[in-house]
Amino acid sequence: MCLGIPGKIISIFDNHGTKMARIDFGGVSQEVCIEITPEAKPGDWTVVHAGFALNLLSEKDAQETLNILREMSELAEQEDSIHGD
Amino acid sequence: MTDVNSPDFLKSFRDASLVKSVITKIHQRITQPWTLMEICGGQTHAIMQYGLDQLLPQEVELVHGPGCPVCVTALELIDQALWIAQQPDVIFTSFGDMLRVPGSEEDLFSVRASGGQIRVVYSPLDAVKIAEENPDREVVFFAIGFETTAPANAMAVIQAKKLGLKNFSILPANVLVPPAMQVILASPKNRIQGFLAAGHVCAVMGYWEYPPIAEKYKTPIVVTGFEPLDLVNGILKTITMLEEGQVSVANTYPRVVTFQGNQAAQTLIKQVFKPVDRNWRGIGTIPKSGYGLQETFREFDASKRFDIGNIKTEESEICIAGQVLQGLKKPSQCPAFGTLCTPESPLGAPMVSSEGACSAYFRYGRN
Repeated sequence: MCLGIPGKIISIFDNHGTKMARIDFGGVSQEVCIEITPEAKPGDWTVVHAGFALNLLSEKDAQETLNILREMSELAEQEDSIHGD
Repeated sequence: MTDVNSPDFLKSFRDASLVKSVITKIHQRITQPWTLMEICGGQTHAIMQYGLDQLLPQEVELVHGPGCPVCVTALELIDQALWIAQQPDVIFTSFGDMLRVPGSEEDLFSVRASGGQIRVVYSPLDAVKIAEENPDREVVFFAIGFETTAPANAMAVIQAKKLGLKNFSILPANVLVPPAMQVILASPKNRIQGFLAAGHVCAVMGYWEYPPIAEKYKTPIVVTGFEPLDLVNGILKTITMLEEGQVSVANTYPRVVTFQGNQAAQTLIKQVFKPVDRNWRGIGTIPKSGYGLQETFREFDASKRFDIGNIKTEESEICIAGQVLQGLKKPSQCPAFGTLCTPESPLGAPMVSSEGACSAYFRYGRN
């Protein structure tokens, strides 16, 4: 139920006063309500649940998380090689 | 979930070598047994789908939480839904997960087989569209879900009001995570020492409600995502906090979740809903743990629109779903598991839902 699927916004339109977007999910596109993510623009990535874009995905934050984990992984490898010597 | 067309910044959250090194780190950090609860059933399934539970140190026990809205929707509400769906002028709309959930005597599937007009919708707004297209029918939407689904449910009501629809209503059944966490932590039988908080609930609500809970019950809470790397990262953070004696709240899903959450979504929810006491299937009534409609939207409440009367509910005598949902027992400890109770013929809701713990154990062979 709380599954959120990442998708890329292709276009934005208005449906009877409700903000909507067409979103691409890896080749399948779907109309999604963006009323709670009004700052969304074409090209943005978002997490969609029950036909609603919950939030925009922050590439910067994703990269920061990955950098921390990659650094930790490299450190662990170095430690392993030191202990291995 | 990401797919092959995802950009690298999303695909990397399934990078096997990174997942492996985080798991190695968990093995290095841990010095004693710890019991964690992943609240969200979507996380339970992802953990088992990727076999992460089998790669963790033996000292980590993952207990599966009540984060499966289909599983905790009260039997009274399901019986009400079944009653409404059987009325001749009604089109009953619901998310697909709900159709096979057993009521006292039957499920929505069997009502449909007997001629009931039941339609599965992807979004609550689809139900509004059905109401627009069928002015001579009463269209009712079964508004289940956690905070994640609440903005969509709220929007459906707003849209119906805007369109002046007199034939649309919802059966309000939204449930809320923080009150359930408090009930679990306050129980004398509680074993949970750290929580993985549900990432998409927090996408909407933020995690400003969690610091007082962490503090009161001396339990770290870590906002966690759904990809394999998110899950092991959330577990690593929780174990690190427990090992270091830190009692606070951390966010390991910052690409989607902020402390304040989605303000527009919270405003939308408040406009339409108010917190009400709600009965959780297998757990009991939890104060202020659900959303009911605000007075200004009362006309859209199906439970008031239809004269349902008193419904006598009856639970299965064998099913231990309540204890599973509170983390007191594992699905495989149920005498009916995999024999009398299977996804094709479920006795309890956790065997039905794609997020239920029993269904995860059955599907991924955790006996």
